[in-house]
Amino acid sequence: MQIHISESEGIPIYQQIVSQVRYLIAAGRLQTGDELPPIRVLAEQLTVNPNTVARAYLELEHAGIVTKRHGSGTYVSEARNAVTQREKTKILTKRVDALLTEARQLDVELSEVIKLLHERDAAMDEVAK
Amino acid sequence: MKFPSPSSAEAVVSITNLSRRFGAKAALNDVSLYVPRGCVFGLVGENGAGKTTLIKHILGLLRAEAGSVRVFGLDPIGDTVLTLGRIGYLSETPDLPGWMRVDELIRYTQAFYPKWDAAYAQELLTQFGLNPTQRLNTLSKGQSAKAGLLVAQAHRPDLLLLDEPSSGLDPLVRRTILEAVIRTVADEGRTVFFSSHLLEEIERVSDHIAMLHQGKIVLCGPLDEIKAQHRQFTLHFEVPPAKTPVVAGALSISGRGKEWTVICNGARAELPSVAAKLGAQIVGERAPSLNEIFVAHAGTGEIPVPA
Repeated sequence: MQIHISESEGIPIYQQIVSQVRYLIAAGRLQTGDELPPIRVLAEQLTVNPNTVARAYLELEHAGIVTKRHGSGTYVSEARNAVTQREKTKILTKRVDALLTEARQLDVELSEVIKLLHERDAAMDEVAK
Repeated sequence: MKFPSPSSAEAVVSITNLSRRFGAKAALNDVSLYVPRGCVFGLVGENGAGKTTLIKHILGLLRAEAGSVRVFGLDPIGDTVLTLGRIGYLSETPDLPGWMRVDELIRYTQAFYPKWDAAYAQELLTQFGLNPTQRLNTLSKGQSAKAGLLVAQAHRPDLLLLDEPSSGLDPLVRRTILEAVIRTVADEGRTVFFSSHLLEEIERVSDHIAMLHQGKIVLCGPLDEIKAQHRQFTLHFEVPPAKTPVVAGALSISGRGKEWTVICNGARAELPSVAAKLGAQIVGERAPSLNEIFVAHAGTGEIPVPA
């Protein structure tokens, strides 16, 4: 599980862990039933306080994203699909906003942007074949 | 500012109204702090702020001139044996007997601690990549720090006390030290107290911090609370102010021309109206890093430089 912590952002470290786990699930890199690293292991890997990791896991558990199985570990929940749809929308919204801001600065019409999206999508299909 | 009270949690270290003078200089001025059990407590402050003097009081190397120091509820001067037996200590420049070999240092230190864990010492020796037959005076700075850390840790102390442990060390050795901090606190009930001017490190591993500035505590409490209380705002002035604007309620202000940033602690509801009176608008808001909070409180405008 690849997580990157930045101290300069000012965002609390436990929140950085929570949002990156959510991202990994939305991106399909963590799947239902996958086990998250034990608190101590992740704390050493990231060199952060174990209490911080515990707090992030608790938050993820309260959000229903992971489940703790007694005496074994923390796993990605079954009910992740409902959450991830919202996550996906949230992640894409940020990207779309950035794209639209840039398009406006460059004086490119919305219809042009949409046309470009279709073109690039078709191009990706070509590559995939 | 809310200080954790001694009764709120079982305090491993409790310091009340501690003052200490060296000649005319007040090294510590009415310092009070409480280190709850099971936490990583980070002490920050620039060089000469009084960090080492404070730590020497915890170790019982200095007697409190005014105020009191309690470690595990005991007096570290009267009950030196009882307190030091439960503390693992690593200083910035580990004072190791240079003529000894690494394995001799381990055997020598072991004799002082009834709770010494020989298997753990062996595990750390391998993990740190130390050569047991090497003389201590031939070790590099990083290897010395690792040897010092090994003997500070191998009796599984209730309190691991590190005074500027990362100073002048390369990133790999610094990481080894931070991992030791994490492992110690992950072990049920153990506490770490460490001082550093590397605020990124403190921010990563601490859950409580205290900030010393010219011998006084300027901030003390859970790191999350401290971070949540401080905000940084960017003010945009229509007309660039001729000199640094004075913003009521701000800890610090910096910038030039039309854009200035201020850092506020706690109450900031009035900031929009204060800004409006100055002819400025708030155009940005973010959570400052611990480094920025430190600089705002230290008030010198200088960022502490890693040694």
